[in-house]
Amino acid sequence: MDLLTIIQILDSSIRLATPLIFAALAGLFSERAGIFDIGLEGKMLVSAFLAAAVASTSGSVWVGLLAGVFASLLFSGIHGVASITFRGNQLISGVAINFLAAGMTVLVAQSWFAQGGRTPSLSGASRFDPIILPFANELTRIPLIGPIYSELISGHTILVYIAILAVPSAWWLLFKTTFGLRLRAVGENPEALDTAGVSVIKTRYVAILICGILCGLSGAYLSTGLSAGFVKDMSAGRGYIALAALIFAKWRPWYILTACILFGLLEAISNRYQNIEILEITLPVQFMQTLPYLLTVIILAGFIGKAVPPKAGGQPYTKER
Amino acid sequence: MDVLPKWAEVVLIPLISLALSFLISAIVIIAIGENPLSALQIMVDGALGSTYGWGYTLYYTTNFIFTGLAVSVAFHAKMFNIGGEGQALLGGLGVAVICLAFEWPHWSLALIAASFGAMIFGAFWALIPAYLQATRGSHIVITTIMFNFIAASVLNYLLVNVLRPEGSMDPATRKFSEAAHLPTLHEMFSIIGIPFSKAAPVNISFLIAIVACILVWLLIWHTRLGYEIRTFGHSEEAAQYAGISTTKIILTSMIISGGLAGLMAINNVMGEAERLVMNAAEGAGFIGIAVALMGRSHPVGVFLAALLFGFLYQGGAELALWTSIPRDLIIVIQALVILFTGALDNLVRIPLEKIFVSFQKKVD
Amino acid sequence: MTQTQPIIELDSIYKSFGSVRANKNISLKINSGTIHGIVGENGAGKSTLMSILYGFYKADKGTIKISDQKVLIADSQSAIAHGIGMVFQHFKLVENFTVLENIVLGAENGNLIAPSLKSARETLKNLATEYELNVDPDSLIENISVGMQQRVEILKALYRKAKILILDEPTGVLTPAEAEHLFRILKNLKNEGKTIILITHKLKEIMSVTDTVSVMRQGEMTATVKTVDTNPEQLAELMVGRKVLLQIEKKAPIIGSSALYCRNLNYTDEKGVHRLKDINFNVSQGEILGIAGVAGNGQSELLEVLAGIKKAEGEITVNSNNISLNSRTSNPLTRRHLGVSHVPEDRQKLGLVMDFYAWENMALGYHYKDQYRSNKFFMDNTQLKLETEQRIKNFDIRPNDGDLAAKSFSGGNQQKIVLAREIEQNPNILIVGQPTRGVDIGAIEFIHRRIIQLRDAGKAVILVSVELDEILSLSDRILVMFDGKIMGEKIAATTDERELGLLMAGIG
Repeated sequence: MDLLTIIQILDSSIRLATPLIFAALAGLFSERAGIFDIGLEGKMLVSAFLAAAVASTSGSVWVGLLAGVFASLLFSGIHGVASITFRGNQLISGVAINFLAAGMTVLVAQSWFAQGGRTPSLSGASRFDPIILPFANELTRIPLIGPIYSELISGHTILVYIAILAVPSAWWLLFKTTFGLRLRAVGENPEALDTAGVSVIKTRYVAILICGILCGLSGAYLSTGLSAGFVKDMSAGRGYIALAALIFAKWRPWYILTACILFGLLEAISNRYQNIEILEITLPVQFMQTLPYLLTVIILAGFIGKAVPPKAGGQPYTKER
Repeated sequence: MDVLPKWAEVVLIPLISLALSFLISAIVIIAIGENPLSALQIMVDGALGSTYGWGYTLYYTTNFIFTGLAVSVAFHAKMFNIGGEGQALLGGLGVAVICLAFEWPHWSLALIAASFGAMIFGAFWALIPAYLQATRGSHIVITTIMFNFIAASVLNYLLVNVLRPEGSMDPATRKFSEAAHLPTLHEMFSIIGIPFSKAAPVNISFLIAIVACILVWLLIWHTRLGYEIRTFGHSEEAAQYAGISTTKIILTSMIISGGLAGLMAINNVMGEAERLVMNAAEGAGFIGIAVALMGRSHPVGVFLAALLFGFLYQGGAELALWTSIPRDLIIVIQALVILFTGALDNLVRIPLEKIFVSFQKKVD
Repeated sequence: MTQTQPIIELDSIYKSFGSVRANKNISLKINSGTIHGIVGENGAGKSTLMSILYGFYKADKGTIKISDQKVLIADSQSAIAHGIGMVFQHFKLVENFTVLENIVLGAENGNLIAPSLKSARETLKNLATEYELNVDPDSLIENISVGMQQRVEILKALYRKAKILILDEPTGVLTPAEAEHLFRILKNLKNEGKTIILITHKLKEIMSVTDTVSVMRQGEMTATVKTVDTNPEQLAELMVGRKVLLQIEKKAPIIGSSALYCRNLNYTDEKGVHRLKDINFNVSQGEILGIAGVAGNGQSELLEVLAGIKKAEGEITVNSNNISLNSRTSNPLTRRHLGVSHVPEDRQKLGLVMDFYAWENMALGYHYKDQYRSNKFFMDNTQLKLETEQRIKNFDIRPNDGDLAAKSFSGGNQQKIVLAREIEQNPNILIVGQPTRGVDIGAIEFIHRRIIQLRDAGKAVILVSVELDEILSLSDRILVMFDGKIMGEKIAATTDERELGLLMAGIG
């Protein structure tokens, strides 16, 4: 394997990791606030659809991006109403949201575009273009550093850079700000926050709001950055992989970055090679695709450290009698 | 204190939730420029207007009874088994292995063996998450989700690389032998002289599904195991106090749940396709969640909810045929049913309780 | 402001939870700079009233005045703004946060944590020296003792500049020494001009620290008096509504052979805390062995180990059957086979399945028995219902309807359901924890009589209670637990509260 192949695989890993980073960070905010969210998948999907649909009609990818975020926020709102206001089962709500997204996107896509549940292909200004960083072309010739800079670091769409910047931002927000302190408190012991005079409901809704925005970015990137248009079920389980990454990272921002890049790498490898031979054992492509799920199960089983979720996660907040 | 009388709890709330789901579905249909009433007409005609329609409706119903019961049994132990889909896929593998490995002299023997195969494979797929939950505290919801994906990959690999007959491009097994063919409702009815559509896939599995309803009812409310499962589901601490083993209940309830989900394969794999194809369960495992929620985890409720979803699935197929409404409408309805009967339960319950309280005050 | 100025005025407060009236027409005035006690039995509505004052619950009706201003306390935030702080019975702390983080939570200045923590550290130092409230600001809550956690709660309130401090049952989890310290702190606070409301059901505390006292009974406020003008007997009478007759007629015990013998029992909980230390004791047929102690000194753990719910080190001998306490065979089922019945401390969590019908609850723990089986596969629900009907009569359970869910019965009747189930199994040994907690006075007498009947029938009873009076009047022999150890053994007839109290405090 030469350097270029490695760089190409890593480059593709970063692109594939981007939607995972957004979605896993989305899950981080929600679950750190004590709201389980298995509806990441659905929110990605609606955002991917509406972003592509609006981008293709308006001709502007930025308008599309806003529309995608809006769609994701709407679904986040449903989850919020069900699990915060009406104190419903958060897992069931998440399942419902995933199905609602799967059905609605196709239904509306068919009604608007009549192309079998897809949007028209995006091109030009209705897609995110790669950004060439300064001196990328000039530096290509320098051995090692040149190709790494111009191929791997430069040449991604803006959302990729935003995703990577989102990780330290999320860390800072959660661990350095007053808002983060309250958000983490509400995920551990909502009564502590309530009796300290801060609204549990408001804090949780803000968390859900951030989750919605991040999922929106994730979905919009799928249809306008990674691909050129929406197709039925295009999130293809990425929401669940992001959830897996979140657990794998034990609900911590920097670990999320690592986990997502690892899972992105696995996908990049399985996209490029059908079978991989390691020590005379042939690993089929399906094995690579399954690896994120297997790793998550192993983490959950506590074979590599213990993943302890936020203590109040999944429980609706009622003042006890 | 219970504010609501039992009938309101069991009948009224699910019906109101259902009505709300349908109302919103109707709005969705209007929004995409179709007429909900004529859509309903097409669905009723298509699903219930002929023995052909009934045949498909009951075929789907059979799938949903199995998966609905699977989710229900787990619910009674407070386990949320989202893995019905993967367990049903594995059940299909069990059926295929049994049907392909032996030359069966009669369908009845094949059915018995295939049922065991389906249940064992399905149960096995539920057992691993259950074991991890019981001994290592891994959240069963997450592990069963992960196991759905792993199951899909496993089947994908086996169908592409192992089970596919040589020379075939189609990732599926070869057809099962004629002897393993299950009697369809058409064949069973023709013995007693009642005409029934020959093309419809409903088969003897439907009767097995009904038997499964009765057995689950007996299990949950009339056996010690059922008592233990319900005790554990209501209060883990009370179960410990009563000397009920946590591990035993998590394992057995999930084994039964997975077995039931796997058993679905005698209907779709053995009864209908008569070979194992890719993605054979077609989401029936997930519909089981909606069915169990709407049916309040009671076999009678599960039967009725499965029938409703059978109707929706067949009706939805007809709708896609005759109008521009895609079949995915059914997914939307399914999502809304899960949302309203499951997550938004309090949306209906709280106002209803207020109405009942004010009504009682007037009576006082 | 003069000392006689009322700082809090409650007027006609009402509060219901569903059909339960927790507070009925409550009016109360509390003067500034005083310690006011509120006493009442469990479930009298004290905590509800204070939670309303703190904005945790909303009153259905009634008005609240603070410093002569009518205020609307919609949530804890407005309570804090009006200078009210509350230390709940169950602390409201984030376990994996530090002390400092818990203190600033909700009272931060600015959008960043660091400056808030810095200024809180300073304030904390001052408060610590001023009121003897020392606590390490950088420890995680999960790593400090319960007494320390309580200080954090008090500091939280003071940090928010509370002038009114409410404490709900603050001494339930404290050792006598810790409680003494707490009362010193409270007096310091009072001297600084703070107003303190102390909720408790312990009359001695009321007599020793309060200036005025209110009594609550069944959701109503029955009296408010100056502490110097009253005495414990009068308060007790006001609490229960009639003269308390705690001394129960009982015959001298006829002690039989050993029923349960416990050797070198040691138990360490999941957090690694050594909860039970070298416990050895014997209880004989025909005897009631009382186990006294401040809550949290190992009694609960002892009950659960004896009942087989928790595994531990050591051995017990039950009717000459040896059981190693960490073996697989040490579980609630095998205990029941040996004739050990268990009435748990927390009937709603352990003893009953609240959503089950009364008749279903009658089989809890005994569901495996042949008598409840109609054939190889099925349970005999008809038999179970018949038995339930009989027991409802025998134990005077009201309403007399076995088809009601357990949650539809009152606390006292729920307890009778549990007792009926356990006693009618005709056990050799009855293990019973807090038999009359939250039970009305009529039912208390009934329950006490049934326990003595069992002992008179030659059975052994192990009784755990935090109510010293209950221990003294029921037991024949008393063990006192402190810090997981048995501090001493006394004969009930020849000891008194003072002697037991010393042992409970770890002195002796």
